[in-house]
Amino acid sequence: MPQVTLTVNGKQHTVEVENRTLLVEVLREKLALTGTHVGCDTSQCGACVVHVDGVSAKSCTMLAVQAAGTSVLTIEGLAAADGTLHPMQEMFREHHALQCGFCTPGMVMSAIDLVNNHPAGLTEQEIRDGLEGNLCRCTGYHNIVKAIAAAHPLMHAKA
Amino acid sequence: MGFEGIGASVRRKEDSRFLNGRGNYTDDINRPGQLHAYVKRSDRAHATIGGIDISAAAKAPGVVAVFTGADLAKEEIGGLPCGWQIHNKDGSPMAEPPHPVLAVGKVRHVGDPIAVVIAETKQQAKDAAELLSIGYTDLPAAASLAAALAPGAPTVHDEVAGNICYDWQIGDKAVVDGVFAGAHKVVRLDLMNNRLIPNAMEPRAAIGDYDVNSGEYTLYTTSQNPHVIRLLMGAFVLHIPENKLRVVAPDVGGGFGSKIYHYAEEAIVTWASAKVRRPVKWTAERTESFISDAHGRDHVSVAEMAVDAQGKFLGLRVSTQANMGAYLSTFAPCVPTYLYATLLAGCYTTPVIYCEVKAVFTNTVPVDAYRGAGRPEAAFLLERLVDAVALDTGIDRVELRRRNFIPVDAFPYQTPVALAYDSGDYQTTLRVALKNADWDGFEARRTAAKARGKLRGIGISTYLEACGIAPSAVAGSLGARAGLYEVANIRVHPTGSVTVFTGSHSHGQGHETTFAQLVVDQLGVPLDQIDVVHGDTAKIPFGMGTYGSRSLAVGGSAMVKAMDKIIAKGKKIAAHLMEASVEDIEFANNTFTVAGTDKSKTLTDISLAAYVPHNYPIEELEPGLDETAFYDPKNFTFPGGCHIGEVEIDPETGVVQVVNFTAVDDVGRVINPMIVEGQVQGGIAQGIGQALLEAAVYDENGQLMSGSMMDYTMPRADNLPNIHVATENTMCTHNPLGSKGCGEVGAIGSPPAVINAICDALKEYGVRHMNMPATSGKIWSIINAGPSKMAAE
Repeated sequence: MPQVTLTVNGKQHTVEVENRTLLVEVLREKLALTGTHVGCDTSQCGACVVHVDGVSAKSCTMLAVQAAGTSVLTIEGLAAADGTLHPMQEMFREHHALQCGFCTPGMVMSAIDLVNNHPAGLTEQEIRDGLEGNLCRCTGYHNIVKAIAAAHPLMHAKA
Repeated sequence: MGFEGIGASVRRKEDSRFLNGRGNYTDDINRPGQLHAYVKRSDRAHATIGGIDISAAAKAPGVVAVFTGADLAKEEIGGLPCGWQIHNKDGSPMAEPPHPVLAVGKVRHVGDPIAVVIAETKQQAKDAAELLSIGYTDLPAAASLAAALAPGAPTVHDEVAGNICYDWQIGDKAVVDGVFAGAHKVVRLDLMNNRLIPNAMEPRAAIGDYDVNSGEYTLYTTSQNPHVIRLLMGAFVLHIPENKLRVVAPDVGGGFGSKIYHYAEEAIVTWASAKVRRPVKWTAERTESFISDAHGRDHVSVAEMAVDAQGKFLGLRVSTQANMGAYLSTFAPCVPTYLYATLLAGCYTTPVIYCEVKAVFTNTVPVDAYRGAGRPEAAFLLERLVDAVALDTGIDRVELRRRNFIPVDAFPYQTPVALAYDSGDYQTTLRVALKNADWDGFEARRTAAKARGKLRGIGISTYLEACGIAPSAVAGSLGARAGLYEVANIRVHPTGSVTVFTGSHSHGQGHETTFAQLVVDQLGVPLDQIDVVHGDTAKIPFGMGTYGSRSLAVGGSAMVKAMDKIIAKGKKIAAHLMEASVEDIEFANNTFTVAGTDKSKTLTDISLAAYVPHNYPIEELEPGLDETAFYDPKNFTFPGGCHIGEVEIDPETGVVQVVNFTAVDDVGRVINPMIVEGQVQGGIAQGIGQALLEAAVYDENGQLMSGSMMDYTMPRADNLPNIHVATENTMCTHNPLGSKGCGEVGAIGSPPAVINAICDALKEYGVRHMNMPATSGKIWSIINAGPSKMAAE
């Protein structure tokens, strides 16, 4: 079986995988990082979104072997070591942008990538379009859109 | 610490774990030595099974066991039970054919489970399942209501002639027919309510874990009601007594009804874990969810309203066909009857109503309650019919509604369809919604849209719902096979912190916060010293779970009752400690005081005395401060309100954009306004999804054409508008909180508001009605055909 070495949330791991093993299976089953979720099998829902080398990726649609040598950030690695939430996490809480919590990890990781890619600002329509790859069945997105808009200035002020 | 009690938009206690990826969903749980199950499902809608050859699969790498229906039959494993019995017009009981856990002899829908392969890994189980050889002989399928009711239709269950599960009625047909015969005008509408697939974001999962030493089974499952699963699976399927069966429903990623029911996979993993003496885990792939989670809606109806010259509703006559799917899911029979026909008065004074419902078996996935359950079907029918009456009589649609509303001084109001409403103020929710939506300014917006080449329309829905189902005795008399109370255990710990154990279950509703706020309000304990525990039959005395917007109205009321007991006992202890008479003890703000004195004891003083009973009235009072209450509601609660949708249609493409959505709901007392707003927004998103995008589509062979998230259109962020939510509340008069329920109002009120808006936008095309979903293709075809002759004349 192939061996894959990758860095996850700053820590290096070497894992044995099958050729067909998905990145999300490594995260959930080998590394017990169960914050990354699987909500579909057609790459539609985005519950599995993580950052691979700083860019959002659907970890259900990436083979583990493709992730060899990369640095992966999952929802578990987002908050600071002292527990301080990332501004996106904080705004999701503040604006009630989550209900059942299942889509939340992927939604937060996608939202951060979206804000990172739009330093000059995001209109409401751009946020809605930018969430095209993530499904939420609980919130109707209203509060997610609000949370992302609120996180934008906080993230870019920090940078 | 700010205000944290009833009425505060406290940020949610549960969010921290979800935002950090530390939720604990069923698939996140792994038991030592765990095996993985893969369920082999039928890829045919209707076929007999001559035999199943498991030999190759059984020998495949990693495979530990393969089980089929024959293995379950040998051990007399029961079928999946149905929790509600409906009676036919002639008084005979409904047809209730068996629902085997694994198919025996015949499969009846695509997705019907046939065998389970258990292996060391999920992939090994799945690979081995490919090696199963199943001797299908195809039968013609009855894949729709029309196909199942056609003469000579294929019979889904051999013992159910004509595929009729039941033929039920409510109301006096002769009386209603008489009213119609003498009416000034009769307005008719033929409608269908589109079949939906719930698609909670977390796929279902289950882990069975049998303890060889104790003989105890534990089932971890994605359920909205773990005690109900324990009861149904233990008593009817696997014959395991309650003391040997623990059901845990940990964090659950959305339900919307689809996780109420007892599913085959729960029984399979529980039973199999004892067979193989190792834990067995199953997690649905989304493709499996589409063909194994209960679907929702799927009605075809004819609705007629008799009106007088002033537009007063004189009588309503409805005939509905409801698709049950291939088997009766747990609560399926009550959805198109007692959760539907009893809602047909809506918020109107219609004096006589008759409704008949034919429930029909088809070769499709079972259909059961999905967010709203019967009530969205009733609201869609009624609110569309009222708009049709407005069109046919020329009376303004708002004025027509006002003329027919149950007036605010008429409560309690007995409807002609069994329900008795306790409170409501429909004129107020209407008035505020019209104002919030700027109804009067709409024509200017329509004109402006026209200048931009867009067709703009506005639609209104003044809906009503009934939730918090009960009382138990009434539900029982109508066919329920369970009670419908709720249970709360309030434990005040020695040092004054509190744990609430509730039989309700939270899968997105924020109970850990809302319920804690009830304790803040009643016992004066700070929010951070309160924890809410749910979802585990080993921890919670009993419970009926969460569905039908019942958790606060019924479950919260049980908490109030349990806290009343805490306070009553606390007063006795306080009276002893302060050497006063119990009658003179008052409790407020976490403190017991002797009336008219400065003597006081905090709740912590009392709880400490209760657990360290050195100075304690031990002769009359047991130690401890821990009380349980069962609350059986006296009536349903009746939320209602007004939803206004505003749409713009691009005539070039037929694409509908909902540009404004305004809801003003009456949900009774609000505990956490932020959470209520979120619940209503989420419900409206699902309602807009039903109106514009979502449909479960079967072909004539019973293959699900919309069987993945690539084919079934889930609403995305860019399909939805901002949703403006407000409440105008009247209090429920029969529960101690005054709360009514907010989980389903959005999904009930919104679909007709959207479709009424689309019909308004397309009125120059002579569109009188449009079935859901109002897809761009459907609308483009209408626009492309040009303005109707009728409209042109």
